[in-house]
Amino acid sequence: MSAIASPATGPSLGRRLFGRQPLGYLFVAPYVVFLAAIFAYPLGFAVYISFRDYFFAAPGAIVERPFVGLQNYTDALADPVFRRAMLNVVIFLIINVPLTVAVGLVLATALNAAIPFRTFFRASYFVPYVTASVAVIGVWLWLFSTGGLVNNLVGPLAPDPSWLVNSFWAMPIIALFATWKQLGFYILLYLAALQNIPDELYEAAEVDGAGPVRRFRAVTVPGVRPTTTLVVIAATITGANFFTEPYLLTGRGGPNGASVSPVLLMYTQGIEQGHAGYAAAIGVLLAIMVMAVSLVNRYLLERS
Amino acid sequence: MTNWRRRLYLAAALTLSIALAACGGGGGSTSSSETNTTRGPIKIWYSNNAEEVKWGEAVVAAWNKDHANEQVTAEQIPAGKSSEEVIGASITAGNTPCLIFNTAPAAVPQFQKQGGLVALDSFSDGASYIQARTGPRADQYKSPDGKFYQMPWKTNPVMIFYNKDVFAKAGLDTKNPPLKTYDEFLASAKTLVAKGGVQAAIWPAPSSEFFQPWFDFYPLFIAQSGGKQLVQDGQAQFTSPDGIAVAEFWKQLYDQGLAQRELYKGDAFGDKKAAMAIVGPWAIAVYGKVKWGVVPVPTKDGKDPSQIQTFSDEKSSAMYSSCKNRATAWDFLKLATSQESDGKLLEMTGQMPMRTDVPTAFPAYFKSHPEYTIFAEQAARTVEVPNVPNSVEIWQTFRDAYSQAVIFGKSDVQSAFNQAAEKVKTLAARS
Repeated sequence: MSAIASPATGPSLGRRLFGRQPLGYLFVAPYVVFLAAIFAYPLGFAVYISFRDYFFAAPGAIVERPFVGLQNYTDALADPVFRRAMLNVVIFLIINVPLTVAVGLVLATALNAAIPFRTFFRASYFVPYVTASVAVIGVWLWLFSTGGLVNNLVGPLAPDPSWLVNSFWAMPIIALFATWKQLGFYILLYLAALQNIPDELYEAAEVDGAGPVRRFRAVTVPGVRPTTTLVVIAATITGANFFTEPYLLTGRGGPNGASVSPVLLMYTQGIEQGHAGYAAAIGVLLAIMVMAVSLVNRYLLERS
Repeated sequence: MTNWRRRLYLAAALTLSIALAACGGGGGSTSSSETNTTRGPIKIWYSNNAEEVKWGEAVVAAWNKDHANEQVTAEQIPAGKSSEEVIGASITAGNTPCLIFNTAPAAVPQFQKQGGLVALDSFSDGASYIQARTGPRADQYKSPDGKFYQMPWKTNPVMIFYNKDVFAKAGLDTKNPPLKTYDEFLASAKTLVAKGGVQAAIWPAPSSEFFQPWFDFYPLFIAQSGGKQLVQDGQAQFTSPDGIAVAEFWKQLYDQGLAQRELYKGDAFGDKKAAMAIVGPWAIAVYGKVKWGVVPVPTKDGKDPSQIQTFSDEKSSAMYSSCKNRATAWDFLKLATSQESDGKLLEMTGQMPMRTDVPTAFPAYFKSHPEYTIFAEQAARTVEVPNVPNSVEIWQTFRDAYSQAVIFGKSDVQSAFNQAAEKVKTLAARS
């Protein structure tokens, strides 16, 4: 006679762990593996090596990578170059993020309206985004050089030394370049958001006597608020990781380190000089800073 | 505990264990069971310079014709921000080829520390072959442990190229240009910018890469100091009166607008924006229609040109530890650095093999290319970067001080150099 399970026994261990539909795990497995391999492992590994005097070695090579506790972090925080790099992130974000939001939204609104050559303009703003930085940086070097177009236009107002070798102007120019380069993507996000604002809202505002500016402030801006949150956070994260601009536009963080960025510093320390542990500590500190700024942004934008 | 939360913990635990397991796998033990007698197919990388590619293809074809079971597969070094970055990553991944004909001596200490290089002394004729081919200069390529982890391969002795048309336009002598002393050089530079129709007299890259001193400060420092390296016996040498004199010379060029602080995308000399360039003979191929002349780098009081030493801008070939068939690799390396292959290299690229006897070994070449004779003579008087621990960081430290004090004039040269010298001393002493 076969035994019948007592109703009080409850579900089996397998079912308790994997639920009623264990097949679901199979479906999510590819993404879990992707997440573990591409995000969790590198992140965990970066944190691990940031506590060591770590450098990359050949497989099988016997090397010492001693545990150094918080040494890499204290070294980074005491390093004036790192502090300058973090200050540059702040300068970059102060210029880049508000400019991206303001110009992106205004241009998206204009491109959403029934203007002539709308498709042409939409494509035009997207061109810098899909063009390789190396290619467009050559144009900016020419624009902002001593004998370049910008100096010819502004005449006696041109700074001396010129923009890209001027300690004060190098970072703002980098932030401007990044804003211009990325703008097409954010305009696209805003365009998508603008399509979702019902026309009735604009019509109601118009009936109430609102002009174009008032309609923009009272209908458009609140209507795209979730997108603005996304744009601010995305611009903050990508902006804080700027690398190509100081690498190519200002000759590796020049003049004299005035435009050095944390990621550029990670590259020189970790890849060129073999201090992977120190570079990882910079990466962790940068990630913490970016997360903190993003959380503050999110709080400020969504508190209402 | 709810079901979803339990599952979340399970997923988190799985992810964490994968991460930790991977972290734990970073060390590993050495295998090194390969011997130097194994033969078979090998891979090599060479530079992506068009002329060198042709040379590489010719040498590989010659080898493969006679070695059916030891075929060599050659590729250009993969693209990256620098060859050193690519090689460093490849060492970590364990997929370096057997030989790379583009190994920078400054990167050798780091590659060695990574466990990525094979000491060529481990072959019975390794050290003797290198010393016989390169002569006493070979000693500069020994690592601090006394071994050769690189074979000095070819050099591009750094000299001053000048544009004869621009010099003529400025009213300067084009056969014996007044560029021997610092005073002569500065006076000529002023004339060139004023009358030669160029933006700069000379335009070395003002950017902050660790290797940029090799093309502004270092050649002149070697010449002025009678052949000193940047670091000798663990001490920085650039704070000496010679080092300061060289730095002050460059500072004057920058301060007077005779050298530009801005980056030039392209080749300022080739594009006729600068009247002079400080570079080796490899660049001739890209100078196209420029009518160039060449002189040794200047010294403060104008030393005899036949005594002037300069930076080698040498590239080595090296054997990498992931190589299994090392006997084949060593034999191929010897073929690639034989007199015949060196002759082909000279013929096809204009670069000087690191041999003791370049002018006499290839008389036919120098007869048909007399303008290259000066490079062959200068090649015998070259100085390398110091082979010391933390070499790249030392150069970066120096470059940062130089940028600050010389290029951008933000501080006094002597104090910036003294500060850098202290750091360099610490770095050179650290393993």
